[in-house]
Amino acid sequence: MKINKSACVMVLYILFLMLPIYWLINMSFKTNQDILNSFSLWPNNFTFDNYIVIFTDPSWYKGYLNSITYVVMNTLISLAVALPAAYAFSRYSFMGDKHLFFWLLSNRMAPPAVFALPFFQLYSSVGLFDTHIAVALAHTLFNVPLAVWILEGFMRGVPKEIDETAYIDGYGFFGFFRKIFMPLIASGIGVAAFFCFMFSWVELLLSRTLTSVDAKSIAATMTRTASASGLDWGLLAAAGVLTIIPGALVIYFVRNHIAKGFALGRV
Amino acid sequence: MSLQLENISLSVDGQRHIHATSLTLEKSTMNVLLGPTLSGKTSLMRLMAGLDMPTSGRILWNGKDVTKTRVQDRDIAMVYQQFINYPSMSVYENIASPLRIMRKNQNEIDKAVKKSADLMKLGPYLHRKPLELSGGQQQRCALARALVKESGLVLLDEPLANLDYKLREELRAEIPKIFAESGAIFVYATTEPEEALLLGGNTATLHQGAITQFNKTNQVYHQPQDTITAKTFSNPPMNFLKLTKEGSSITLGDKAHINSEPKSLDIDKGSADRHELTTVGHFKHLPDGDYIAGFRSNHLELHRHNPQSIAFTTTLDITEITGSETFLHMNYDNDHWVGLVHGVHDLALGEKLEVFLDPSHIYTFGLDGNIVASASYAKGI
Repeated sequence: MKINKSACVMVLYILFLMLPIYWLINMSFKTNQDILNSFSLWPNNFTFDNYIVIFTDPSWYKGYLNSITYVVMNTLISLAVALPAAYAFSRYSFMGDKHLFFWLLSNRMAPPAVFALPFFQLYSSVGLFDTHIAVALAHTLFNVPLAVWILEGFMRGVPKEIDETAYIDGYGFFGFFRKIFMPLIASGIGVAAFFCFMFSWVELLLSRTLTSVDAKSIAATMTRTASASGLDWGLLAAAGVLTIIPGALVIYFVRNHIAKGFALGRV
Repeated sequence: MSLQLENISLSVDGQRHIHATSLTLEKSTMNVLLGPTLSGKTSLMRLMAGLDMPTSGRILWNGKDVTKTRVQDRDIAMVYQQFINYPSMSVYENIASPLRIMRKNQNEIDKAVKKSADLMKLGPYLHRKPLELSGGQQQRCALARALVKESGLVLLDEPLANLDYKLREELRAEIPKIFAESGAIFVYATTEPEEALLLGGNTATLHQGAITQFNKTNQVYHQPQDTITAKTFSNPPMNFLKLTKEGSSITLGDKAHINSEPKSLDIDKGSADRHELTTVGHFKHLPDGDYIAGFRSNHLELHRHNPQSIAFTTTLDITEITGSETFLHMNYDNDHWVGLVHGVHDLALGEKLEVFLDPSHIYTFGLDGNIVASASYAKGI
């Protein structure tokens, strides 16, 4: 029988790619005893207990709600700031625009750990510690430059004459921006939102430093649980699975735009 | 309705893009801005539209100063060389967009869109997106949007330049119709003299950011004021050579270089033929001296039709046959001449070729490039 070589490579590739994720899912349906005592490729004593704990214990599910709250806030703030900024960079030349554009991006070069201490002190002193907005604002430091960078690429692809035609037709700036311009860069907005969402969702250090109880993120919850009551493997695995899901959903919805984004913009 | 530019100039980063220009465009006129690329057609148009602020000068619309008026508040429509439509809207919505801003009611919008879409032959495509149309249809969509607004000033910036030959011919024939119906001031920028002649109306020739002449199109064509205008408004460009008048004799030949210092008058050393003309026609009143003679390529002939015609012996470099016409690229005493003759001619390249020129087709320019005497054939036009 003839063996399709490229299919073999593909199967192996997917196998390696999916193995850790499969292992996580596998663990999440096992009991702790199962995980620690025997090696098996599938759950011997299939159980939903781990998930039930997460969905019933407020200290767990509130972690998700907190994370989603500040991630959405962050995405909205980042886009609201980045859209006008990117428009300015793409349409006007002003003093130092090229330098500013580069320096914006260089913000992303610093590791979040560098900012953990100043943010903690700053937010504590103005009373923002342990609030959703604190984390959202902290993350904009990294997300706004990236969003500006992505959006600028998309906006540059729209000829300036479209702006002018709209003005000649009688559109004011905001009418033009909302009705004509935004639909043209919808893919870019989608891609930018995606990157903001993903960064904010997986970022651990700042979100853990800036929250304690009320706005505790799921990532923080997971690490703290691990250290407090010994390792509850099954529970952590279930939490991990639930953490992957929002990201996977977002990717699924913007996948077409992402492909366009990689081609058109400058992601 | 009138648009008046008063000493409008534009400098960008210290560079002069438009030299101080004054121009008055009257109600229901077709005005052509003719000039090569980078001559300032688009810059001038953008100033008229208010998309750019002039560095100095004023723009008056119906006598009112609109120099600082926002684009939105001006009574204008514009079509670009690139096909500019709103890609996310249907053709219908594209055309309707200026009317929606004016808050017209749906019935009026429907009627107006239908009308201009029919005029632009877009009727069957109203539900499509602009990018699903062919290039010509996209440009028609842009034209329809400009028309539906019924503004007093319609600016067309080389609207046909990006279209293929056939579509260009088609649309070109439609533009005078549209113009006749609208009664607005049309400004039409083009690089092609033929287009200016076809559209008629008035023509302003541009050269390096300055208007060299503005008048009725025919007038500018037949009585150019200087060599630059003559060159701009001839395709292929006008041919030039030196003309010397001494008493009753006129010598054509030697080399005449436009825009350069007058060369010393050592005709005998030149290898070119010398042509003695009796002082006939419009040459009679010329004072003695050196001039530049100019004539259009279509006035060169392969046969002597007029006993007065002058014969030039040139070397034929290239012939371009377009089907019904033949372009002859010739070398005359190291000057490049172009001749345009009817019919297909099978001529040997690199050989000597005798061509004839009726003296009544010669324009006489001073060495500074300004016209001294128009060709006598054009006097009555």
